Amino acid sequence: MTETILKNGQVWLDGHLQTCDLLLENTKIKAIGQNLTSPAAKIIDVSNQLVAPGLVDLHVHLRDPGQTTKETIRTGSLAAAHGGFTTIGAMPNVTPVPDTAAQIATLVARNANEGVVHIKQYAPITKQRQAGALTDFAAMKAAGAFAVSNDGSGVQDAGSMYQALKAAQVNGLPLAAHVEEDKLLFGGVMNAGASAKRLGLPGIINAAETSQLARDLELAQQTGAHYHMCHVSTAESVRLIRQAKAAGIKVTCEVTPHHLLLSDDMIKGDDANFKMNPPLRSEQDRQALVAGLLDGTIDCIATDHAPHTAVEKQQGFLKSPFGIVGSETAFSLLYTHFVKENIFSLNQLLNWLSAKPAQIFGLKNTGYLGLGTVADIAVFDLNTATTIAPDTFLSKGHNSPFIGQSIFGTTTLTLVAGKVAYQKGGTTK
Amino acid sequence: MKVLANMPEFQSIVSMQDLDVAEVEQLISRAEDFKAGAQLKLTEPVYVSNLFFENSTRTHTSFEMAERKLGLTVINFDPQASSMSKGETLHDTALSLDAVGVNLLVVRHPQNDYYNELLGHADLSLGLINAGDGSGEHPSQSLLDMMTIAEQFGDFTGLRVAIIGDLTHSRVARSNMEILQRLGAELFFSGPKAWYSQEFAQYGTYLPIDDLVEKTDVMMLLRVQHERHPGEQAFDTQSYFERYGLTKERASRLPEQAIIMHPGPVNRNVELASDLVEGKQSRFVTQMQNGVYMRMAMLESVLRGNHLGGLV
Repeated sequence: MTETILKNGQVWLDGHLQTCDLLLENTKIKAIGQNLTSPAAKIIDVSNQLVAPGLVDLHVHLRDPGQTTKETIRTGSLAAAHGGFTTIGAMPNVTPVPDTAAQIATLVARNANEGVVHIKQYAPITKQRQAGALTDFAAMKAAGAFAVSNDGSGVQDAGSMYQALKAAQVNGLPLAAHVEEDKLLFGGVMNAGASAKRLGLPGIINAAETSQLARDLELAQQTGAHYHMCHVSTAESVRLIRQAKAAGIKVTCEVTPHHLLLSDDMIKGDDANFKMNPPLRSEQDRQALVAGLLDGTIDCIATDHAPHTAVEKQQGFLKSPFGIVGSETAFSLLYTHFVKENIFSLNQLLNWLSAKPAQIFGLKNTGYLGLGTVADIAVFDLNTATTIAPDTFLSKGHNSPFIGQSIFGTTTLTLVAGKVAYQKGGTTK
Repeated sequence: MKVLANMPEFQSIVSMQDLDVAEVEQLISRAEDFKAGAQLKLTEPVYVSNLFFENSTRTHTSFEMAERKLGLTVINFDPQASSMSKGETLHDTALSLDAVGVNLLVVRHPQNDYYNELLGHADLSLGLINAGDGSGEHPSQSLLDMMTIAEQFGDFTGLRVAIIGDLTHSRVARSNMEILQRLGAELFFSGPKAWYSQEFAQYGTYLPIDDLVEKTDVMMLLRVQHERHPGEQAFDTQSYFERYGLTKERASRLPEQAIIMHPGPVNRNVELASDLVEGKQSRFVTQMQNGVYMRMAMLESVLRGNHLGGLV
């Protein structure tokens, strides 16, 4: 039996901060209270630090198998732990695409063996993530998939999406949709607008996202499936989802930290660390995303952690792949920019990063702290400013537009089922 | 009630642009009355809801204090716990609050010009005060700043006001420079040159802080939001303080009558030396106190504009 006491932390319990101790026994929280003692317990002093439930990130790219120069199950999960995440959802746009039950079963087993956090596996919606035949959702679920997604590409034809939503409904699987109408891309690499003109780069219009979203919301209504929109980026998407929720359609959605923090007018040059899909939109869109989160239209925050190699990202906007890393900076950036600036409360932020994503995807025993719950715990230092530096990243990817920024709220300790998954100063690749 | 003849009446207050110089002066005068102990006697109940989408505790608390001092009944409203999370629009939320009998809304919202969704709709009969919209305006902050300056100097004509720091991201800077110019003040800007754009040139001149301190009446320091400058070099608070901040040495060269203002929260030893925050020339605490009285004056003018509370 292993016992640990987290001593004197600011513990987030039932939506409030309390100064108390947590006694962990093996994988679970055994006691919560003042001055807890146990003769054999290892004591970790977390005075003046925030003790939160391990964070939940529904949207991560682990690149494994097939793209392991970018990331692996091991490095991606270490990066997640470094950011305080203890449960992540892994997207299936890896090579080869795991579109059979056997491949999903293999990945689920590898996730459990090689990952240092809980890794939930998405199965692809269609074979090879291309237009045409669906994967076998029932078999995918039986093999351990927790949801389906073709993330990285939109499902281009309405027929496939309709069939997929019907199958998702029958099998009780959420369908996480990357909405992007290929025919409306016109070779764009960043948001269409004044900044794209200034930089002389082809733009992506908002309707590339919203036209497919509008289609999908009606298909979700028709089928009754749980439709989850990935990385909302436009004001019009927020409006469409608000209307859909009012109409009783079973829709949820996520927004990324970078779409909450950045807008296209902040792109000063041809720097591909500002290139991602969907692109950074206008300041007006950014404000609508913040408003959508605050009024409950947007359910939660997810990172879309998308590592690439430095060589790939050095090719400028036109040639570089889309995507930035996010696991290791999400909480601290959002804490620094929104909670310290009095726009979000700490309670709201923790909710959007833990309880809420767990709840909408039906992840049991995840995203809150309580007696007898699994000891998935993240500890953050809210009082010390540090600088975001790539040499502290555990991800293989260093492609972040936030490098050099001063932030509060770095992770000091992450426990997954009672075991140390990250400890400041003590975790290496 | 000596002020009645001069008391402005508004159906709503959403932007400083809507207020003329005389109205600003009347609001300041009325806020000073409240500060001196004036009271308002409502003969009919008035119900107000504060819709704070952003978690801005300080402004929220100040408005609620002003409302309670005026005898308004405050109906709490939490956007997170409301049916907005079930897809209700801002307009429809206002409609339902109106329907149950709320008379007045005070709204803080992250989107610029959100109030266009609420104004000019025949189905809404609520008074509205904008407590901050995105990177747009924050009229009550501007007005409490004007009140604080007026208390010290009486008149704005020829007053030398320096606005220093993160001009790009400050709604305080935008609202204040516009009204200060109209009131007749002479404006100067300082801080990192990169943050001073053409937009500011029509209002005033850029000068390094060392060239400003000896001839400035009002030092208006802005909170540095260093995180809002992605892609720029790592922000070094120490070197910012040395190059652009109000150090004790610089403060010692200020004219005797000069005052130091800051909208808060202060980054101590970044925008100004920690000791100066509580110093003799600082008006940091006065600004917060004046905020309550100015908000009372604003609320009263909107009550009158909507014929609420039985005020005559």
